[in-house]
Amino acid sequence: MSLLDVDRLTVRYGRDTVVSDVSFALEPGEALGLVGESGSGKSQTALAIMGLLPDTAAVSGSIRFGGTNLRELGRNAMNRLRSVSLSMVFQDPSLALNPYLTVGRQLTAILGAHNLARGPEALARAEAALGDVGLPDPRRQLAAYPHQLSGGMRQRVMLAAALIGKPDLLIADEPTTALDVTVQAEILELLDRLRDNTSLLLITHDLGVVAGHCERMLVMKAGQLVESGSTATLFRAPEHAATQELIAAAPDLAADSPRPGTGDFLLNADALSVSYPAGRGRRLAAVRELSLALRRGETLAVVGESGSGKTSVARALCGLLSPAGGAVVFAGERIGATLAERDLRLKRRIQLVFQDPAGSLSPGMTVAEILREPLRVHEPHLARAEVDRLVETALADVGLGPEYLSRYPHELSGGQAQRTAIARALVLKPELLVCDEAVAALDGSVRTRLLDRLKAVQAGTGLGILFIAHDLAVVKQIAHRVAVMYLGRIVEAGATDTVFRAPRHPYTRALIDAVPIPDPLRSRGRSGLTGEIPSPLAPPPGCAFHPRCRWSEPRCASERPTLDRVEGERRRVACWRADDPEL
Amino acid sequence: MSAFGGMGRRLGSIPVVRWTLGILLAFTVLAILGPALSPHTAIDADFERILEPPSLSAGHWFGTDQLGRDLFVRTLEGLRTTLLVAVVSSAVSLVIGVAYGLVAGFVGGRVDAVMMRFVDALYALPFIFFVILLMVVFERSFLLIFIAIGAVNWLDMARIVRGQTLSLKQRDFVAAARLSGVPTARILATHIAPNLLGVVLVYLTLTIPQVILVESFLSFLGLGVQAPATSLGTLVAGGVGPLEEAPWVLLLPSAVLFAILLCFNFLGDGLRDAADVRFGRSDTL
Repeated sequence: MSLLDVDRLTVRYGRDTVVSDVSFALEPGEALGLVGESGSGKSQTALAIMGLLPDTAAVSGSIRFGGTNLRELGRNAMNRLRSVSLSMVFQDPSLALNPYLTVGRQLTAILGAHNLARGPEALARAEAALGDVGLPDPRRQLAAYPHQLSGGMRQRVMLAAALIGKPDLLIADEPTTALDVTVQAEILELLDRLRDNTSLLLITHDLGVVAGHCERMLVMKAGQLVESGSTATLFRAPEHAATQELIAAAPDLAADSPRPGTGDFLLNADALSVSYPAGRGRRLAAVRELSLALRRGETLAVVGESGSGKTSVARALCGLLSPAGGAVVFAGERIGATLAERDLRLKRRIQLVFQDPAGSLSPGMTVAEILREPLRVHEPHLARAEVDRLVETALADVGLGPEYLSRYPHELSGGQAQRTAIARALVLKPELLVCDEAVAALDGSVRTRLLDRLKAVQAGTGLGILFIAHDLAVVKQIAHRVAVMYLGRIVEAGATDTVFRAPRHPYTRALIDAVPIPDPLRSRGRSGLTGEIPSPLAPPPGCAFHPRCRWSEPRCASERPTLDRVEGERRRVACWRADDPEL
Repeated sequence: MSAFGGMGRRLGSIPVVRWTLGILLAFTVLAILGPALSPHTAIDADFERILEPPSLSAGHWFGTDQLGRDLFVRTLEGLRTTLLVAVVSSAVSLVIGVAYGLVAGFVGGRVDAVMMRFVDALYALPFIFFVILLMVVFERSFLLIFIAIGAVNWLDMARIVRGQTLSLKQRDFVAAARLSGVPTARILATHIAPNLLGVVLVYLTLTIPQVILVESFLSFLGLGVQAPATSLGTLVAGGVGPLEEAPWVLLLPSAVLFAILLCFNFLGDGLRDAADVRFGRSDTL
C-alpha cells in the first residue's frame, strides 16, 4: 500500500483554482520530486497534505496517509499526526524558528507536545537529533538562539525539528533555495541519508536538485499535474511542453560560455577595500585590497558564498558606500569613490540592478513614472513625446508591452518587476551595468529570457556587465570572465571556460562540485566542503581558506598566497599548491 | 504629485472614511454657521430661564445653563473653538514635525544625533507645568494655546517621521534614484514623502483627538480659553456644578466631544487604508 495517496485534490480560493484535480501516490522509502515554476501550485499541494491551508481555501478530493483520509480528521487528530507521522520543512529557516526561544526549547517542545519524552530524556533526544543533521557540537547548540546560527545551521535545526518525532513522511518545500550551493549540497546529502526511515516529498523549482536526489518526479503547471514518471525517463524524454521548458531553462554547467575578447578596459578596481564599523571600535573588513578589470562588451562575474564580500564590491564600485581604500578607474580615468564625488554625466554611465526586484521600485510610482524619472534628470530638455517613446522602447527591450506602463510595482510579478528595474537601468544607455544577484529571485525560464535580453543589449551596445552571483550555472551561461571571492579576496580569476573546466583553487573546485546537475545520469552535487565561511571579523591567518581546505599544508596557515598568473593560461590563482598535479 | 495620485479616489471608496468625513463636515458647518442662524446667542443671559431642560418647543434644544444661556449655541461655539485649536495645533505639529524628522532622518549622522537629542531634551520638560507657566507669565490667549499644544505635539511626529525616513532611505529604490542622479530634494519629495504619507496621516488623526483632549483638559482646569469665549472643555467643566439638578449641562457637550473624538479615531483607520496604493485594487500577481 502507498504511504501517501492523493486523489483528485483541488484547492480553490473563491473563483481561483490553484490546485486542480491532482492525483499521485508516494511509496514508503521513496523520494518524490514535485517541480514547477512559482505559482504552479506546488506549495499549495504540500500545505493541503499537511492540513495547513488557510480557512479561506476550499479543498476537495482525498488525501490518504497510511490508509486514513487526512481530510476527514479533525484539527486535534491532525495535530497529533504532525511531527510524528508527517513533517514539513519550509524555505526560509529564519521565519520558521521562534527568535525568543533556544533551539533546545523548540525541539523539546515538540517531544513534549506529543508525549514522546520530557526533561533530561527530551534534551538527550534533541541533542541526538541535532547530531543526526550534522550540526557540529550539538550540546552547545541546544542553548543557542536562532540569531546566533547561520542560515545553513538554522535549516539544519529545522530539519532536526521536522525529524525529531521520527515521521514516516517529510515534505520539504524548497528547503535549499535560500542557501549557498555548498550548504545546499550538504543539506541534500543529509536528506539522502535520512531516507532509510523517512519518505521524502521534495518540492523545488531547481531541476538539478530533483535530478540528483529523487527517483520519481511530478511536474505541475498552473495548478495541474501535467507529467509524472521516473526522473531518468522524464529527463531523457519529456513529453509535456511544461516539462520540456523546465528542463531547457535549467541552467547547466555544460553550457558554453562566451569567449573573452581583447576590448578596452572599461572598469578597473585597484586594491579596493571596504570595511564596516563592527562595534567597540572594531571594523569588519568585507573587501580586502581587491583588484579586478572589466573590458567593454564583456561580462565579468564575481562569485562566492554569502559573506564573501561580493555585494560590497558592487556597492562600492557604484559609489553607494565609501571604500576604505583603493582606486576605481572608469574608462581610463580615476573616478570619485562615492556618488557625491561623481558628476551627473558620470552617474549616467554606471547603473545598478538590485537583487530584490520589488524593493528597488518605488511602491507609489507607476512603471511609466519609474522609467521617466532618470530621463527627466539627464535629458530635461527632451519633449514629452520623445520621453514616452524612449520609455516604451526601453520597456519593449526587456520584453514588456506598453500595457505595463500604468501598473504599480505590487501589480507586477517578480520577473516583470525585475525587467522593469533592468529597463530603468538601461533607459539611460549606460556603459557599465552592475547586476547584484539580479536574477537570483527568478524562475528558470524567466531567468533565461532575461539573460538573453542582457546578452542582446550587450551585443548591440558594447555594454560592460559586472555580474554578482552565487549561482554558478547562471554565471557559466553569461560571463566571459569570472572572479571567485572568498572572505573579501579574489582566490581565482580568469576566462569562464578555463576556470570552470579545470579549477585550480580548491575553493573554486568545491563551489563547482556543489552545483546540482540537472541530469540524473551525470554526477551529483557533492561539495566536499565542510564547515561554514569564517567571520570576516577574525579571518584565519595565512590563506583564509586553509581551515576548510582538504589540501592545506603547514605553510597555508602562516603565509598568504598572492593572486598570480598561471603560466600559459588566462587565469590567476591564489594558492600555494596551484601547480601541484595532485589537485 | 503623481505619487499621491488616486488617493482621493481611494478615500471615497472606503465607507468608514465617507461616513466619518461626512459627520465631521456636518459638525464643522454647524459650528461655523449654527450660532449665526440661531435666535439665541452664546453670551446673552436670561435669568428667567435658568437650567431649563432640553425642549424643542421652548426653542432651547440643549436646554439652558446656570445663567440661562442657550446651551445648543454655546456647544456649537465651544465646538468651533475646539476644532480650531485641534486643526491649527495639528497643522503646526505636522509641518514642524515632518520637516524636522525628514531632515534628521535623511541627513543622518551627527546632524541627526544633535537634532534628536534636542527633541529628547524637550520631552524631558514637564508639559502641563510648562503650559501653566506660560499661561501665568503671559496673558491667556488663543495663540498661546496653539503654541503650547503644537510645541509639544510635533515631538512625537518628528520621532515617527525620522524613524520611517531612516528605514526608507536604506531601501533599494532610494539607492536606485541616487544612482540615476535624482537630486536629493526630489528624492525626498517623490520617493520618501509619499511612503511616509500613511504613517503621518494615521498619526495625525491620532494627534487631533489628543489635542482636543489636551485643550479640554486645560479648559477644565480653567487654563484654557477665557470667558466669554468658550470651548467644549470649558462647557464640560461648567456642567459639573449643576450635575445633580441638570445633568444635560454636562452630558450634552460631553456627547458632542465624544462623537468628534470617535469620528477622528475611525477616520485614522480609513486614511491608513487610503494612503496604501495596494488598497482597493485587484492583485494581479
